[in-house]
Amino acid sequence: MYTQGLDQQGKPEGKRDAPESAADLEAFQKRIDAEEKIEAKDWMPAAYRRTLVRQISQHAHSEIIGMQPEGNWLTRAPTLKRKAILLAKVQDEAGHGLYLYGAAETLGVSRDQMVADLLSGKAKYSTIFNYPTLTWADIGTIGWLVDGAAIMNQIPLCRCSYGPYARAMVRICKEESFHQRQGFDIMLVLCRGSGEQKAMAQDALDRWWWPSLMMFGPHDSESKHSAKSMAWKIKRFSNDELRQKFVDATVPQAEFLGLKMPDDDLRYDKKSGHYRFGEIDWQEFHDVIAGNGPCNRQRLEQRTRAQDDGAWVREAACAHAAKHAAKAA
Amino acid sequence: MTKDEALLAYTLRLGDNALILGQRLIELVAAGPELEEELANANFALDFIGQARMFYSYAGEIEGKGRCEDDFAFLRDDREFANFLLVEQPNGHFGDVIVRQVLFDSFYGLQLEALTKCKDKRLAEIAVRAGKEICYHLRHTSQWLVRLGDGTAESHARATEALGRLWRYAGEMFAGDEVDIILQSAFDGPDLETIEAQWSLKVAAILDDATLAIPDEKWIIGGGRQGHHSESMGFLVAEMQFLQRAYAGATW
Repeated sequence: MYTQGLDQQGKPEGKRDAPESAADLEAFQKRIDAEEKIEAKDWMPAAYRRTLVRQISQHAHSEIIGMQPEGNWLTRAPTLKRKAILLAKVQDEAGHGLYLYGAAETLGVSRDQMVADLLSGKAKYSTIFNYPTLTWADIGTIGWLVDGAAIMNQIPLCRCSYGPYARAMVRICKEESFHQRQGFDIMLVLCRGSGEQKAMAQDALDRWWWPSLMMFGPHDSESKHSAKSMAWKIKRFSNDELRQKFVDATVPQAEFLGLKMPDDDLRYDKKSGHYRFGEIDWQEFHDVIAGNGPCNRQRLEQRTRAQDDGAWVREAACAHAAKHAAKAA
Repeated sequence: MTKDEALLAYTLRLGDNALILGQRLIELVAAGPELEEELANANFALDFIGQARMFYSYAGEIEGKGRCEDDFAFLRDDREFANFLLVEQPNGHFGDVIVRQVLFDSFYGLQLEALTKCKDKRLAEIAVRAGKEICYHLRHTSQWLVRLGDGTAESHARATEALGRLWRYAGEMFAGDEVDIILQSAFDGPDLETIEAQWSLKVAAILDDATLAIPDEKWIIGGGRQGHHSESMGFLVAEMQFLQRAYAGATW
């Protein structure tokens, strides 16, 4: 699909179509190793471009699909302040989607193509958004854990070798950090509230903990894209390193909240200074990626419905613009 | 009715219009025709919720009984809400949403502009802030109405239908009662006759640009200010208030 997107740009004058000689590849790697930013018009290996398009578009799709589970509680938010904060957060996510689609477009793929790939099921998005938000505490947990995990992943991306992506991530990370704090604040209030509220918080943690750990992707030994991405400095830390950082940061927060992690194998290892945790249910992870999570179909159906229901509106806007242009000419 | 009672009722009505319309727009999150529209819609909803908070907080101060913004939003029954029927109308399709917004924003912008000159300082201050927001809402929604009216045959037909469906709810905005009379006489509040004349001109100009005809509809449906709402309003309120009602007294 990405090749097709690139072909639509017409024949470039020079370097982009040039064969990937060993000298070109070596010069490119030297720039990466010297921490130079690669910009949209610079020469880059086709595989580097494909990797970025895949990663940035998946990231954009995750922001857009992620609006749904949180949007599920917008009409029922318990106070006007919480409603306004959640709405601002969901609006930020739409904004992140826009920057990221924009960053991916600098690599020669159109937003229409990326959206078509999302709706056809060809492109993926974060597995976490295929779980349902059943109570208000899920909104707190998403902010605390899901945005917390996202930050672990995304802060290193601010130093990603591809300039447009790195710059988009700087702004996104600032907003994500506010999202994480508001999530933790929801949890804190619930945990200091009534017995029913605390039970609601525990139930949400029980359901979201393991899917949050899955957000970091397969073990390093199983991750097919990791080694290349590390060499190209798209990725700075491995999946397992980031997962461990997240666990180490989050377990004390759960203790502070007075919540119990749903993992009997979880223990602090004094020697290494890390929390050791149980094995993730990788079958569940693969099932959700394959489209069999609780909400995969619902999420894509809603996106498809919005796209289909809006077709006449987009056609009207184009028709009006064409009339206006004809009148002006 | 005393001056303070009228001021309280008027401020609550402003809060109710903003909250209920904001709640309707929130229902549209993740359902827009374009990503840019989803951002705009969420932004507008956020403005309305913010305005409702300012009006309700001030209403609590006027009333002086210790009620806060959330008490007004979450602990009154739908019969106690005094918003216009227009703002509670279900979203329907994008054309319905745009027509509803244009009809209301055209009125609300004028109402706020008039309130900036009223003698109640707090209400005037809120009106200055809210007025700026509504000014850009109307710019956005009226541009969309023009695109829809002057777009394709389908969009023109849908916009015409929407206008026909919603026009009868517009008249309620100009049917003043004792509260409006006291606001005008005691606080130099909005003159609804003047606003109606300005609104008619404004809306006629937008519809003209949109190549849409003013509906030949004389019937006016009212009752929102008396709490005589549409059937759909009860569901909106029940959904919005669920947590506060199910867990009475809890802090969130």
